[in-house]
Amino acid sequence: MAETNIPDQLEEIIDDFQALTEPDRLQLLLEFSRELPALPDRLADHPEMLEQVVECQTPLFLHLELDQDPAGTVRLYFSAPPEAPTTRGFASVLAEGLDGLSATEILAVPDDVADRLGLAQAITPLRMRGMSAMLGRIKRKVTEATAAA
Amino acid sequence: MCGCYVWKFSARIVVRLKGGRTFNRKAVAVPVPAETNEKFAAYAHPERLVSTQWLADHLNDDSLVVVESDEDILLYETGHIPGSVKIDWHTDLNDADTRDYIDGEGFAALMSAKGISRDSTVVIYGDKSNWWAAYALWVFTLFSHSDVRLLDGGRDKWIAESRELTTETTSVTATEYPVVQRNDARIRAFKDDVLAHFGNPLIDVRSPDEYSGARTTMPAYPEEGALRGGHIPSAASVPWGRAAAEDGTFKERAELEQIYHGDAGLKEGDDVVAYCRIGERSSHTWFVLTHLLGFDNVRNYDGSWTEWGNAVRVPIVKGETPGSVPASR
Repeated sequence: MAETNIPDQLEEIIDDFQALTEPDRLQLLLEFSRELPALPDRLADHPEMLEQVVECQTPLFLHLELDQDPAGTVRLYFSAPPEAPTTRGFASVLAEGLDGLSATEILAVPDDVADRLGLAQAITPLRMRGMSAMLGRIKRKVTEATAAA
Repeated sequence: MCGCYVWKFSARIVVRLKGGRTFNRKAVAVPVPAETNEKFAAYAHPERLVSTQWLADHLNDDSLVVVESDEDILLYETGHIPGSVKIDWHTDLNDADTRDYIDGEGFAALMSAKGISRDSTVVIYGDKSNWWAAYALWVFTLFSHSDVRLLDGGRDKWIAESRELTTETTSVTATEYPVVQRNDARIRAFKDDVLAHFGNPLIDVRSPDEYSGARTTMPAYPEEGALRGGHIPSAASVPWGRAAAEDGTFKERAELEQIYHGDAGLKEGDDVVAYCRIGERSSHTWFVLTHLLGFDNVRNYDGSWTEWGNAVRVPIVKGETPGSVPASR
């Protein structure tokens, strides 16, 4: 198992959540859900390019691109319906926390990062599994993409 | 429904609507009449449903409280019916430590915090064809809250009709809700009740793959840890969603009769136990059998597959057929 490390841009988000009381953390997750960037047209017009994360309760689609630079910069694209704000919130946290990092940095993110947001009590451990599943899927896809590159 | 509204609270519920308009709602003990229409009249207990139009017309009724109950814990916050309050199936209705529902004190505290009095007319709506709303209604019934209804078609129909939603916080003045002990016996089954129930009809409301044992959770849902896949011997498979039409409303009585009497073979007067994975989807079926088709003896086995699929020395059946009836224990 490689050494784990939380990248700064993700650490900042975790700190923001940790600084709040639990009800306010839910509010912050809601803010994140509103800020999930829309898909660029080239993906929005081609839903078949997106892969569904089947472990999530509601449809979440994920697409990942590896830049052709030496660092292997990863670009992440998510799509989830407005009636799934919790899923959108998780996706938005991961988008802001991981987008633009290198493949190595993403693979080093600890698997329990979802727990560190401090939301388990407020939204139940059951629902947190969706976010862990998302991170797991991102890592699998990063591994596949780097192996193919 | 009885007309015995003897409680005398006058809780004030202050509702702020978009545009800063504020009005006070004075909840007094005036019964809210049931909706009458042709579709509902065919059901056994038509007073348990209201239509979106009826709700829109009655939103300002004094003793009406609207409750939203969803699968997604943040959905209410993205926009809800003006004046509605939120009840979460997991964080509000389940006990935090014991796998059980909240007790009488907990329910009284919850109702008080939501501005609900013992004589309030409660209309519950939610996402996914009222799946979680039906679960909340079933829990209200455990506490014998007398007037609790579902919004036919739920959240999706309200939105599809472009009706008003707001993100304004509903501010609630606490009520004095009495501590009522939960009455499980009538509508809730435990594992031992199911073992003693063999020979009577069981309805498995999960998806076909969960029923056959091909998988232990709903398609596209996380695995929730059942050791074995399959169903309780002799249970008929009737996925819960069959009771809902395309727009999330309940199907008409004749269609429901075809499904539950025709296909599943239930007979009038049957003693029925319904189950799913944790008891939420089967609450929806419990509502259909009890309030729409008029079965008097329907229990929801909330332990469901997450208990049965893991329990020691209980029989299961794999595959698509119900299997034979084991001796009851």
